[in-house]
Amino acid sequence: MTLDEVLGSLFPAGHHVAVSAEGWITGHATRKTGGPVSVIGVANGVALGTAGVIPLAAQVLEVAAQDDRVPILVLVDTQGQLMGRRDEMRGLPEYLGHLAKCLLLASHLGHRTIGLEYGKAAAGAFLATALATDILVALPGATPAVMDMPSIARVTKLAESRLRELAKTTAVFAPGLDHMVFVGAVAAVWDPAKPLDEQLEQALAAASPDDVRDVRGAERKGRPVAAEIAKRVGAEATGQFGLHAAA
Amino acid sequence: MMQDVASRENGSWLQATARQRLAGLLDPGSFAEFIGPEQRVESPHLPIFDLPRAFDDGVVIGRGTLGGVAVLVAAQEGQFMGGTFGEVSGAKLVGLVRAARDHKQLPQTILLLLDSGGVRLQEANAGELAVAELMRAIVQARCGGVAVIALVGGKAGAFGGAGLTAGTCSRVVVSEQGRIGVSGPEVIETNKGVEEYDSRDKALVWSVCGGKNRRLIGMADAFTDDTMDGFRAAAQAQLAVSKPLDLRTLQHEQARLAHRERTLGGCNDAAAMWTVMGVPDPDAVAGLDTLDFITLAHSIKDANHDAR
Repeated sequence: MTLDEVLGSLFPAGHHVAVSAEGWITGHATRKTGGPVSVIGVANGVALGTAGVIPLAAQVLEVAAQDDRVPILVLVDTQGQLMGRRDEMRGLPEYLGHLAKCLLLASHLGHRTIGLEYGKAAAGAFLATALATDILVALPGATPAVMDMPSIARVTKLAESRLRELAKTTAVFAPGLDHMVFVGAVAAVWDPAKPLDEQLEQALAAASPDDVRDVRGAERKGRPVAAEIAKRVGAEATGQFGLHAAA
Repeated sequence: MMQDVASRENGSWLQATARQRLAGLLDPGSFAEFIGPEQRVESPHLPIFDLPRAFDDGVVIGRGTLGGVAVLVAAQEGQFMGGTFGEVSGAKLVGLVRAARDHKQLPQTILLLLDSGGVRLQEANAGELAVAELMRAIVQARCGGVAVIALVGGKAGAFGGAGLTAGTCSRVVVSEQGRIGVSGPEVIETNKGVEEYDSRDKALVWSVCGGKNRRLIGMADAFTDDTMDGFRAAAQAQLAVSKPLDLRTLQHEQARLAHRERTLGGCNDAAAMWTVMGVPDPDAVAGLDTLDFITLAHSIKDANHDAR
């Protein structure tokens, strides 16, 4: 689906969401239920650099400052973080970390955050946007990737054909929406044949600041041990201090 | 002989292993490990790639004291798979931060000894998600008053997910050798060409992601020489000044980062940025010794803040 189609199905009565020439999505709209929703994101597959973080984080902080629990929808179609010497020089990790922190703080303050990946998403920009939300959903055709297959082949020194073969038996490394569902990153894949406004309500109802992605990844057998190990660390830490592990 | 270097107080942090760093950082004999190597909690995925595993998967976690103050600690081993975030190594970090978040009786200070190239590509999806979980846990813990202090001075630096993790911490301590970034120089050169970033030009690389630039632009809060004692003293000083994360913190950070983008966005190199920031002699920065550099950094307005 194109961004216009996505917005049209999410908000059939219209919206106040704009895309800048650079590809930054900002604005707001009204939900099916009548309540407001704040909308930010990255469009057209553009890369996210220091300049792009500023307007997106500014809107998130404006929402977070209000005690009205207005949710934030993050629309994501980005090729990844901007790769450039000057953005790195100015402190890109700090900017991407800042955007993630703003979304995470908004969540902590009672604003549900929902990521919708409708195109690309990769690496550091994925962490700063979609993966910093309470719940991440995707549309079919979305292409999440930590790293592209040729780069993985270069680092692992394995042929791409061999990697594609391995990817049939494990979801742990290869790019693709199915894999991101199996490891627990993407909670659900929406049905584009049905109205998205209804599906947005379902996702918002399921969203929570409690991170369940590791448990989900274990249930779906894509990330077999993470949840159990994180829990074991907690038990051992509290045990060594003579506390009860229950939490 | 070599293994003794790091155990001395003036031993190199850069050259040391994760375990040597913990021994050099914490009060003698105070470290106790969680999920130690005897439990053999290893990566279930590396054998698929015919790669050797480590009994700790390259992350050491536990507790100890620093100047008598109880702390939780985690150290990435840069010499194993580049200190990368895999399913197991990542889950150990996530579990530690969640434990501090959920149990107020545990030490409410966490020292993260970052030494990582980012996500382990053999476990890319699990590793990326571990970073996302870690960032969420850090922010939630900080909102509850936990101080999370990043120490960066290892050979792998803090790139990719480790760079973003540093960006979510309460305070960041760096040495001159401690590089912080998202994409590494080689990756940028491969994708964008040598005209964009010549990864073999070491002076250029240090000026972009090295500790001195990170300290001057305000991305790191403290600078130390490359010694155990240096990191120990710097970490101790940061314990005293860490504050909980709240809306005001991030509003101030927004103003700080917008100001940096506005004032430095047109700069083509680090010397140009440092000139705008008020460094009197930018060409001399690379050659300054630790004490002179710290004095300089303290005099630069944008380098010193509590908005992180």
